[in-house]
Amino acid sequence: MAATCTTDGPPPDGVETVTYLCTGCPLGCRLEVDAIDDEVVEVRGFRCKRGLRYGTQEHTDPRREVATTVWLCGGDVQRLPVRAAAPVPKASVRSFVRALAGVRVSAPIALGSVVAEDVAGTGIDAIATRGVPPPGAGSSDDRDRATGRPSVSGSEGG
Amino acid sequence: MVTTEHPRQLADSYDVTIVGGGPAGLAAAVGARDQGAERILLVDRDPTPGGILLQCIHSGFGLHTFGEDVTGPEYAHRALEQVVDHDVDVLTDAYVTDASSDLRLKLMSPSTGVATVDTSTVVLAPGARERTRGAIRIPGERPAGVMTAGLAQAMVNLHGRLPGRRAMILGSGDIGLIMARRLTLEGVEVAGVCELLPYPSGIGRNVVQCLEDFDIPLHLSTTVVDIHGRDRLEGVTIAPVDDDRRPVMSRSAHVPCDTLLLSVGLIPDAELAQRLQLRLDPVTGGPVVSSTMETSRPGVFAAGNGVHVNDLADWVSREAQVAGAAAGDLALGRHRPLEDVHVTPGHNVGYVVPHTLSTSRTQTVSFRVKEPIHGDTILRIGDVHRRKVRAVVPAEMITLKVGPKLLDGCAGDTLRVDAIPAGQEEA
Repeated sequence: MAATCTTDGPPPDGVETVTYLCTGCPLGCRLEVDAIDDEVVEVRGFRCKRGLRYGTQEHTDPRREVATTVWLCGGDVQRLPVRAAAPVPKASVRSFVRALAGVRVSAPIALGSVVAEDVAGTGIDAIATRGVPPPGAGSSDDRDRATGRPSVSGSEGG
Repeated sequence: MVTTEHPRQLADSYDVTIVGGGPAGLAAAVGARDQGAERILLVDRDPTPGGILLQCIHSGFGLHTFGEDVTGPEYAHRALEQVVDHDVDVLTDAYVTDASSDLRLKLMSPSTGVATVDTSTVVLAPGARERTRGAIRIPGERPAGVMTAGLAQAMVNLHGRLPGRRAMILGSGDIGLIMARRLTLEGVEVAGVCELLPYPSGIGRNVVQCLEDFDIPLHLSTTVVDIHGRDRLEGVTIAPVDDDRRPVMSRSAHVPCDTLLLSVGLIPDAELAQRLQLRLDPVTGGPVVSSTMETSRPGVFAAGNGVHVNDLADWVSREAQVAGAAAGDLALGRHRPLEDVHVTPGHNVGYVVPHTLSTSRTQTVSFRVKEPIHGDTILRIGDVHRRKVRAVVPAEMITLKVGPKLLDGCAGDTLRVDAIPAGQEEA
């Protein structure tokens, strides 16, 4: 792993070096970000351009992918998985999930459809990551109708 | 709407039958169909194919397979869409209860009752099971509230039930880390994560985003040594371990909690493999496989976490597509490639999959290291392939591509796979 904040000789005035673990992919590159007054001057240690972007973003405006669930009526499970349509500011992650805790939706649900708009004042929508067919829908096979068992998976992307 | 229908009528015989509808089974179906197999049956035990992906609501899937970062359910949807496009018979709510050596499978489902199908080839894609308290033998009482992390994940993400109010997590595997975040966001207090090893078992990204972001303590070289509570869990005793991984009881501490999640590893589900008397790898617990993922019994293929535990669904899909394609080829009477090279784990390598290679095709060799190496590391396969990487950790599976050019002249050889710190190559 890369050494943290070690420099040979006196550091240039006001340069602060912070290390981050790049989360752009599972490789997890150790990034070193040099910044002067929160302005990023150099990023080191990345193996692709995602790392460069991540280092800058993480230092100035950290954001996270957010996924949670909402109540679902009429599906074969009780929760519908949803995600934030865009990365959420790190400080708003908890309030984003809290705001969705009471949301209740009913089947059918199209994959990618908006489940809640502008969640917790972030300006970011929550969208469904699973499609759910209407209750009782599925194949027209008589055998299925007899058992009343939905044999359907997913829905069209929206 | 994309729908999978129960087959109007189960055929008596199939070219390829796939057992399991997770990422491995779905990709195997596509692989088989791409080779021209027409009679394909996919059997899944759940009402909706997708496997464990459906409860993995977080993102981080698909960067390699689809070129973008998607959640588990979205990955499952895309994989299923390809299967439906391919006109595969999908039988849900169904179990394969037995398999005979001449590949006659016994199935059971509400729509078919008990049925028998003959198949030219079969792909086993059963996935893995979580290790339990019994597997790691934690002493103490036997109250409710002690469960595997994946079970808690299903409770929370599929059924909307919280496992408790204050949780301790043993094991820093990825599922444990992800559940630490998930429970925190749902209002459960996560007291901490204990890891027996001196380094986290999960990938770095999850340590940062699931623990550090939420100030959840990670106790390395620490384990749970006692469980307290008569009916419901009331607390656990944790203790640091010494260099030999023995608990230091003089430094133990009591942690009050009503839930203990175990994220202590996965083992391939080898039930059908055992019924078919397949040769198993004692390290992975899954079947021994060729470069086309064929097991020791001709016509029986296996892929995914039922063979060895992968770190990414993307690798599972890739490997299963190879298995499905080879199963399709064999069912259609095409010759299988000659498997003329053996591979075996060498220095600091726990296991290698596949177990044999063919000098006539390009294949992917997957392996995991036993101990992390921080710094430049040489990965080598015999003396035919050598690659330098920055660092290796057991949490991340390593894959290397090996083609006919590299294997030229190796027929009959056994190649050792090594992971060695740069500069110590003569070790």
